[in-house]
Amino acid sequence: MTAATGTPIATTVRAPSRRRHGDTVFHGIVVVAAGFVLVLIAAIAVFLIAQAVPAIDKVGWRFFTEETWFPDAEPARFGIAALAFGTVLSSALALAMAVPVALGCALFLTELAPRRLGRYVGYLLDLLAAVPSVVYGLWGVFVLVPALVPVQRGIDGAVGGVVPVFDSRNGVYGRSIFAASVVLAIMVLPIVAALAREVFRQVPRAHREAAFALGATRWEVIKLAVLPYGRSGIVGAIMLGFGRALGETIAVALVLAASFSIDIHIFEPGGNTIAANIATKFGEAGQTGRNALIASGLVLFAITLLVNVIARGIVYRSAVAAEGKP
Amino acid sequence: MTSPAMAARFSGARRRRRVVNAAACGLLSAAVVVALIPLVAVLSYVVGRGTEALSIEFLTHSMKGVGPLDDAGGAYHAILGTLEQVAIAAVLAVPLGLAVAVYIVEYGGGRFAYAVRFLVDVMTGLPSIVAGLFIFAFWVLALDKGFSGLAAGLSLAVLMLPVVVRTSEEMLRLVPHELREAGYALGVPRWRTTISVVLPTASAGITTGVMLAVARVTGETAPLLLTAFGYDAIRRSPFEGPQSGLPLYVFSQAGSAFDVAVRRAWAGALTLIVIVLVLTVTARLLAGRSRLPNS
Amino acid sequence: MSKRIETKGLRAFFGSFLAVDGIDLTIEPKQVTALIGPSGCGKSTFIRSLNRMHEVVPGARVEGTVLLDGDDIYDPGVDITELRRTVGMVFQRPNPFPTMSIRDNVAAGLRLNGVRRKSELDDAVERSLRMAGLWGEVSNRLDRPGASLSGGQQQRLCIARAIAVAPEVLLMDEPCSALDPVSTLTIEDLIVDLKDEYTIVVVTHNMQQAARVSDVTAFFTIEAAGEPGRLIEVGETSKIFTKPDDARTEAYITGRFG
Repeated sequence: MTAATGTPIATTVRAPSRRRHGDTVFHGIVVVAAGFVLVLIAAIAVFLIAQAVPAIDKVGWRFFTEETWFPDAEPARFGIAALAFGTVLSSALALAMAVPVALGCALFLTELAPRRLGRYVGYLLDLLAAVPSVVYGLWGVFVLVPALVPVQRGIDGAVGGVVPVFDSRNGVYGRSIFAASVVLAIMVLPIVAALAREVFRQVPRAHREAAFALGATRWEVIKLAVLPYGRSGIVGAIMLGFGRALGETIAVALVLAASFSIDIHIFEPGGNTIAANIATKFGEAGQTGRNALIASGLVLFAITLLVNVIARGIVYRSAVAAEGKP
Repeated sequence: MTSPAMAARFSGARRRRRVVNAAACGLLSAAVVVALIPLVAVLSYVVGRGTEALSIEFLTHSMKGVGPLDDAGGAYHAILGTLEQVAIAAVLAVPLGLAVAVYIVEYGGGRFAYAVRFLVDVMTGLPSIVAGLFIFAFWVLALDKGFSGLAAGLSLAVLMLPVVVRTSEEMLRLVPHELREAGYALGVPRWRTTISVVLPTASAGITTGVMLAVARVTGETAPLLLTAFGYDAIRRSPFEGPQSGLPLYVFSQAGSAFDVAVRRAWAGALTLIVIVLVLTVTARLLAGRSRLPNS
Repeated sequence: MSKRIETKGLRAFFGSFLAVDGIDLTIEPKQVTALIGPSGCGKSTFIRSLNRMHEVVPGARVEGTVLLDGDDIYDPGVDITELRRTVGMVFQRPNPFPTMSIRDNVAAGLRLNGVRRKSELDDAVERSLRMAGLWGEVSNRLDRPGASLSGGQQQRLCIARAIAVAPEVLLMDEPCSALDPVSTLTIEDLIVDLKDEYTIVVVTHNMQQAARVSDVTAFFTIEAAGEPGRLIEVGETSKIFTKPDDARTEAYITGRFG
């Protein structure tokens, strides 16, 4: 640059400062990028709140207790009680079904499968996670829902009289919370399995060998060394799966026959979730309707944020503990 | 205590232990079978019903002027929209995500880097519908830009960003420290070492991560609903007015009461799943050739 | 009680890599047998093939025979869990179960074997901890986590855990390599005490240790990197350390390589 005026010595002195300049610029760029992540999360909260407030203003605290959804009526009547209930219920049911299978898969992959078989099965589970949710929804509503009708009728026939949850009062089954939960279970299964597999992989070989050397069977090694060591990591994995199920939209929107009431009859058609309701009501919503949907989305954002922060906190702690013990 | 007595004492439990072990291992293997049943079922139905309905016309025509009962029309406009939207998302999210990953790995270590890393992890759990709502509230309403392919691209970028950061971060961490030191020892400044040594070494892994992220957002429906909104005709420009996208197309056809629409939904699902799975499998194959240790 | 181990033509592989080759060795009961040799000579691999721990590593396998009082432990009819109870093992790094208390660590093996009665478990825990020379230090805090102990105490806890299930043989794979000198001496004294009850095999890279604790010493080495480890010479420890038959043993003992 200024080499013409500088002596050789000056050049060698200047070179590092130019380097430092390059480093400063580069460092600045990546810091700004990193800061953008924080800004983005803040912006999501700010813009959702700004658009939600006009709707919540119309109904006040009833927003949290009202079950129906008529935001564009005069006067507006809507709330997230039924939606939040359906969201948590369907996600919890999904996890109840998915977690045992997911942990079984993860343990099979890390503890039982020969290495090559484990790799192939791992690929297939990844494919299960790669299928888009709209495809699960399509398959769910046209294939799975009819297939589940006899299952639900059978369970109702056997125990529905005693356990109201499994009772269908009108004898109709089909596009129920239960069917939606099965679809959700299929979708969160590979996610929980992949996270749990990472947790089990971190169990040091020394712990497994300690158990083997005592004469433990494979299952006893799992009970003695693998599960206790991975306990908090597993809790984190399950919560991350829960967060995923809470926010799943399209598959649930296609499978459920939407209704707006708090109802524990999981085999009866009906039920709804926050996310699915946004997808189905958005097209027809008016001004207040859209703001109301954003308000419900804000609640979903808050719940999933909370679940994710707690889950990641647990995973981080267990990862730090794992690194601390070689 | 004599050992034979002990051995005899233990032999009673041995049979039970063996049975419990066999049962438990059987259950774990059964879990894998149970998990893979839906994969086989979904893929076989999509391929079966999809190939029945898929045609050249489907891939080359839009839905413009197609009546509700017509067995005609296709997803050309939606495929075009998806390609544009995903491209926009990638153009925005990949450089940004890479920069964040470089910050965390090469300059991190402090509290700020820890916070960023934690929040990126939390963001991977952001529901896609919330990303859509955010862009709707921010771009469509607050800035009054209206629905467009660009808005859809923005919402997909929000979803893509954390995935790109996380996978790039993991890949950058695998680059041996000696390589960086070799660069410094030659007098190469830190930023040049990062760009010309660290990033190229990790490039195969990063490419894999980017492809997986692209595959993931290609299948996203919910955000499109709130940002691209949907449109029946071909809209070449993503910058003006509502546009369709392939997943959105499948969703709206699947929600129809008419068989001809459901047929189109299956054809669209097959097209979508082929795109997504080709991306996913190619990414995995690429990962197999990574130059990094144990990636 | 304690049992004799006899290996014939033992070969151990990692995948296609032959790690140790052609080991014929008889290990007498109620004695301490030390395995010495340079690192990578296969002594750890060899000891791990005596209780079939070698095959826990994916792709690893063993050929040849290992007789425990005349019974082949690689016979297809052998119950591996019972074998590993009979042939206990202590590892290089102390590895107590991190989530378990001191008491539960010692009782873990007994519980697996169906012992449920609390009094019986308590007796066994006390007896094992006494034998491992740890009882005095931990008797008042049995419910603390095993990981709360010092390294040397953890290793004695692992020894207590191993002897709680009444084994015949104790295999020790460099049991002191992660410990400080004082803890090392404690463990060495313990090894000498324990040989009244068990057949003991100790892998060590520390020749003084071999000289101090063992009755018989076996010397392993490799010719070159990538070659399998082989048994060069075995004999009374005093003889191996004073007038070995093989020049390679002498070179190693006198510190000329390794």
